[in-house]
Amino acid sequence: MSEAAALIRAAPALPCAPWPRHLLTAEAWRALAAALPGQPALALLALWADSGHVHALFRDEDTGAILPASVAVAAGAYPALSPARPAAAWFERMILDLWGHAAEGGTDARPWLDHGRWPVQAPLSPRPVPVGGPPEPPGFLPADGPGLHVLPLGPVRGGIAEPAQLRLAVQGELVVRLETRLGWLHKGTLALLRGKSPRAAARFAARLAGDSTVAHAIAFARAAEAASGVAAPPRAAMLRAVMAEIERLAGHLADLASLGQAAGFAPLPALCLPLREALLEAAAAAFGHRLMMDCVVPGGVAAAIAPGGEAAIAAALTRLEAALPALARLHDGSGSLLRRLVGVGVVTPALTRALAAGGVVGRATGRAVDLRRHPGYPPYDGLDVPLPSRQAGDADARVRQRLDELPHAIALLRELLAGPAEGAIGVALPPASGEGIGFAEGYRGDIWHWLRLDGGLIAACFPRDPAWLHWPLAEAAMAGGAVEDLGLVLASFHDSCAGMDL
Amino acid sequence: MTRWPRIRAGLRGAPPAAPPDEATAAALAERMAAAAQTRLGRSLAVCFLDAGSCNGCELEARMLAGAVHDLERYGITLVATPRHADVLLVSGPVTRAMQEPLLRAHEAMAEPKWVVALGDCAIDAGVFKGGYGVLGGVDAAVPVDLSIRGCPPTPGQILDALRALLQANATA
Repeated sequence: MSEAAALIRAAPALPCAPWPRHLLTAEAWRALAAALPGQPALALLALWADSGHVHALFRDEDTGAILPASVAVAAGAYPALSPARPAAAWFERMILDLWGHAAEGGTDARPWLDHGRWPVQAPLSPRPVPVGGPPEPPGFLPADGPGLHVLPLGPVRGGIAEPAQLRLAVQGELVVRLETRLGWLHKGTLALLRGKSPRAAARFAARLAGDSTVAHAIAFARAAEAASGVAAPPRAAMLRAVMAEIERLAGHLADLASLGQAAGFAPLPALCLPLREALLEAAAAAFGHRLMMDCVVPGGVAAAIAPGGEAAIAAALTRLEAALPALARLHDGSGSLLRRLVGVGVVTPALTRALAAGGVVGRATGRAVDLRRHPGYPPYDGLDVPLPSRQAGDADARVRQRLDELPHAIALLRELLAGPAEGAIGVALPPASGEGIGFAEGYRGDIWHWLRLDGGLIAACFPRDPAWLHWPLAEAAMAGGAVEDLGLVLASFHDSCAGMDL
Repeated sequence: MTRWPRIRAGLRGAPPAAPPDEATAAALAERMAAAAQTRLGRSLAVCFLDAGSCNGCELEARMLAGAVHDLERYGITLVATPRHADVLLVSGPVTRAMQEPLLRAHEAMAEPKWVVALGDCAIDAGVFKGGYGVLGGVDAAVPVDLSIRGCPPTPGQILDALRALLQANATA
């Protein structure tokens, strides 16, 4: 066990299922922050807060141990982790905006979600401050230098895209730096979740990011179940996995289509979108909703597969499987496409490790990370989940990674559907008090939900979308790249804005 | 054929033509313009704007452009800027941060312009009603001409609504 992990484990453990949360003193937290630079294996997965504490979720990449750690906020501040973990910077800015806790010694204290348009400051703190006066103009990093100019884009970006403000510091045709400013979609979801029962709050969890509605709903439901001390029945876990794998296939196909569009390569969307449509129609036939929104609920699933649904899914899978060779040929045999993809938008394994990236982005740099395998959760713990990976870390590797994952998801779906089809599809959650962490592997990457229940109602919660760790990597991948590749690189990462704008 | 000599005879004895009545000419010109609109105006340029959505509506709107629903066969095109658009298709509850970008996009459009609210959130903020970051439905920021219900609406429903707008445009 590493020194930093030992520091966390030495602190008193508070009940949190399935992993106890360690409450560190300010000194121990400072020692942890000081030890982190020498302990690259301790990955920071999330950083968030409640009214009195700041919480961090670590994973020891050597042992696979998950370590939640907390520190009390003293005089409105806590020792920052961003000098040791670059991923912490955006979380620290978010914590300052939502709860008003300042990161002492942090690398960046500029507002993130708060654009000065809300009626109050620090809306999640016990005493939000009413806002007076007009909003301040956003502070972007300075871009001064010979021959340097700034290309401002967004928040309305044209096409069907989520709002994000992008600043490209450009020298000729080369991008020196991409800076992103998000928060345009901030609705105040965490405040809406507070005081609701998990069942009522699940509608919000399903709408954190529509593209990963099933994965977010599963992670949220599992957190609520862990906090209440119950588990979803095996049949419900199986049905959840069926939905999650359909979402994975449909998501990868959508990403491949938008990559083709960004590369100006029309055959790719022309092939992928009808296949995606067939999957969505099958999902509608089986679960009553094309995106399967609100089909996963805390305690289980809303309904079993409708009559005829399994046949519809099987037909969509057969059609997709038959198209896989054509899809691979189209990608591998098209020099015009490969020229746009190979060597473009490269992130190094060292960088994805530093950012603890999961999903396609992490696996395309050789990282063997997949929550379905490790830590594992039902029903995947009883199945063989293959873990393909690529090494190159460029846009092409991310395309290949998505193509590689398609046949495995098809095989998993067939195995799940062939299993026994009886048993309860849900349990009622008792009105319990407790704390839990839930997780699920979405098609974009690992999703984590933490929540604390008080008498069966949500007292505090935080969802961690994969985009928190992937957007900074997209920024890094653009440095040194060409301006014309921006759309392509962003499509190859596919970073959601809604999931992290909360 | 047999009428022609009679007409010619009538014309020969007719008084010189008076200049056309100006009011009639104006009315005719208006009718001509309307007819041209019917024949030539069967196209619609749509600009999409996400004002706060969960991206569910975007997923379904993106399917419209695909080979299955292919909205271009109806003369409906997706354009990248509101300056080229007849219709602003707005999804999501309007967040306080997106109010100004939405207003600016709406102002950038040339007249005549329409605003279509896409999805339950765009109609009345949907599940996000009451969030401190939410201003309200799209009509809280700009006037709305047409609403499409659903969470999210299916591509078929979006297409039906856009085609109805196209029809109304052509016969107006």
